[in-house]
Amino acid sequence: MSVRDKIAPEAPASAYDMGHAAEIEHLATFAVLVDNEPGVLHRVVGLFAARGYNIESLTVAETDPGARTSRITIVTRGTPHVLSQIEAQLKKMVSARHVQDVTRDPNGVERELALVKVRVVGAQRVEAKMVADIFRASIVDTTTGGFIFEITGATSKIDKFVGLMRPLGLIEVSRTGVLSIERGAEAV
Amino acid sequence: MTTETLPKTPADGAQTPQIMTGAEIVVRALLDQGVTDLFGYPGGAVLPIYDALFHEPRLKHVLVRHEQGAGHAAEGYARATGKPGVVLVTSGPGATNTVTAIVDALMDSIPLVVLTGQVPTHLIGTDAFQECDTVGITRSCTKHNFLVKDVNQLARVIHEAFAIATSGRPGPVVIDIPKDVQFASGVYVSPADAKPIHNYHPRVDGDAAAIAEAAALIAGARRPLFYTGGGVINAGPSASASLRRLAALTGAPVTSTLMGLGAFPADDPAWLGMVGMHGAYEANHAMHDCDVMVAVGARFDDRVTGRLDAFSPGSKKIHIDIDPASIGKVVRADVGIVGDAGKVLDALIAAWNRSPAPAAVPERLADWWEQIDRWRARKGFAYRPSSTLIKPQYAIERLYELTKNRDTYITTEVGQHQMWAAQFYRVQEPNRWMTSGGLGTMGYGLPAAVGVQIAHPDSLVIDIAGDASVQMTIQEMSTALQYDLPIKIFILNNEWMGMVRQWQQLLHGERYSHSYSSSLPDFVKLAEAYGGVGLRTDKPDELDDLILEMIDTPRPVIFDCRVERAENCLPMIPSGKAHNDMILGEDATDMSSVIDAAGRRLV
Repeated sequence: MSVRDKIAPEAPASAYDMGHAAEIEHLATFAVLVDNEPGVLHRVVGLFAARGYNIESLTVAETDPGARTSRITIVTRGTPHVLSQIEAQLKKMVSARHVQDVTRDPNGVERELALVKVRVVGAQRVEAKMVADIFRASIVDTTTGGFIFEITGATSKIDKFVGLMRPLGLIEVSRTGVLSIERGAEAV
Repeated sequence: MTTETLPKTPADGAQTPQIMTGAEIVVRALLDQGVTDLFGYPGGAVLPIYDALFHEPRLKHVLVRHEQGAGHAAEGYARATGKPGVVLVTSGPGATNTVTAIVDALMDSIPLVVLTGQVPTHLIGTDAFQECDTVGITRSCTKHNFLVKDVNQLARVIHEAFAIATSGRPGPVVIDIPKDVQFASGVYVSPADAKPIHNYHPRVDGDAAAIAEAAALIAGARRPLFYTGGGVINAGPSASASLRRLAALTGAPVTSTLMGLGAFPADDPAWLGMVGMHGAYEANHAMHDCDVMVAVGARFDDRVTGRLDAFSPGSKKIHIDIDPASIGKVVRADVGIVGDAGKVLDALIAAWNRSPAPAAVPERLADWWEQIDRWRARKGFAYRPSSTLIKPQYAIERLYELTKNRDTYITTEVGQHQMWAAQFYRVQEPNRWMTSGGLGTMGYGLPAAVGVQIAHPDSLVIDIAGDASVQMTIQEMSTALQYDLPIKIFILNNEWMGMVRQWQQLLHGERYSHSYSSSLPDFVKLAEAYGGVGLRTDKPDELDDLILEMIDTPRPVIFDCRVERAENCLPMIPSGKAHNDMILGEDATDMSSVIDAAGRRLV
């Protein structure tokens, strides 16, 4: 899926009806390098809330204590027009040092980590363990009643793993949200 | 203290770090930023700063009567000078009262630095007396904001706040300073030595290839049009001069948003008048029919575009803006140029002069100008004159005629009078027109006039007001008296919230729900109660003499100009209609049938 697939926008009747209804919505992942200061996450989240953009997932942590910068990875959804507005609005923030549309970048790598708790007994235990092996999930905890698996990968892989665990006795999932970085030896 | 906050020792090694209190740092930083005037109101959490101001004759503090007034006064000051406006208020209600003005400044791109006091650091979060989460409240309505918890960061933050407020797309910056930080001692760093906290470098020079493309488009146009906005004013008087040069070179007509009035002289034959909902007939038709639109520092506001699917359907759009997020936000740009309006206009002039001379202007644009003359002949601003009642349009026309040869600055409130002022007061120069465009803040004009008069003590400053708007900040009359500011408040008094009444007439079946100004004060006595001068007339033949009396009165004046009550502001693009679908004054007999149900839903 490419965000570049631009559908000719059907202009709305009024600025109040700017739905760009004919445009197709895409998922997009933005990596935002920000100055790590109080309230900076609120600035980003507030920007999304105030302008009516969706947040599908959000991760944030300080990544360079020396430069006091944090990296925020946001997965959002919108039409090409909305996504380009999101990028422009993020770049406008005084606290933003760098904004990258990872989805549009052919070298973008996206990963997510999940902890998956299943309640399984008897033969189901073997089945769950086998599926986990196929997905290269590791076991971080086990009791007679079940497992906690740790799995890393693209969002779709985790979705599939969770889907397979559901009939076996899935009871709880915790996911980090998407992290991203660019392939190659260049830094943002 | 971190080492990076220490000033670098100059090469001559003469200076040692300057230690002073936080309050003294504030005053010193303002002085080093070239501030001469600030607008404020004291309170518990800013007393140390007020104490530091007590012995500082170089900073003139203007005491307002409500913190919103301080914000608007600072906006007026900024708009009339090109310098940032500075506000100083206390914590809690002091801060929240400025919020309207801060949003106003954000919407209209006015550079403000707002200093708010805060409860001491150790009390933050305890619901202390007059505590509010100022940075939380203002985060979404400032360009940027700061809470300073370390006195050694204070100077650095203030210097950066001025840089942020005035660079790129200007806007308001809030600095929240806890009281203990104002008392604490720390190191002062000068603007030259202050290391910026953020990596904020907005682009000011336009992309050369895009500029060449734009120049070629304009050269090939048969029906070109400049659509200019507040960005041209913000880019400084030289940008207005460049706009005039480029318009003359290209021979193209010029229209402007409400915020852009004055960038191009209203007396120039190429001027079409303001564009938009209550804009000029010729300007709106030209917007609709042009083949190349050059938008400069304008943001395609809904009051300008009207119905988007019918907005200028046949034109190539060149959009010049310092804010990349404005380009393509509402209307797709064929050529988007991110940069300072003045620099890009200069680059366009250079590109125009470099390129092979296009066909001579008269023949290339002859048909276009003929068409424009036909639109002009419709006289969209015509109104039915009266010998017994003062028509509001007539009042503005006379005000313009009697003040046009003077050094005049105009501010307005918001509503019908504002639109009539935009239509009939022919602003000729930038920075002479102060109005609340984006937010539409009733009560802006009076305090803005206070700010303008502080900046230009010897000029004629007139707030064109409505009877409803002016009461929202009327207490600033007291400020005008205190500082001998001879502002003129020219009220078009129709006893209604006129624009609300007009919309209720057009869109809500003439049900005038709560829009009549019952119990209006006697504005003449009110002026006198404040210590000013009150004038009143409802007779057209007395108007000139009283306007002259107002101008010649060297004190604050409230002019209660009683006008025709039921006059509608026309022409008008009804909600949901296109630019070439304007209602003119002559059609305005059965207006309720003009706007359909879909249009009624719109604001």
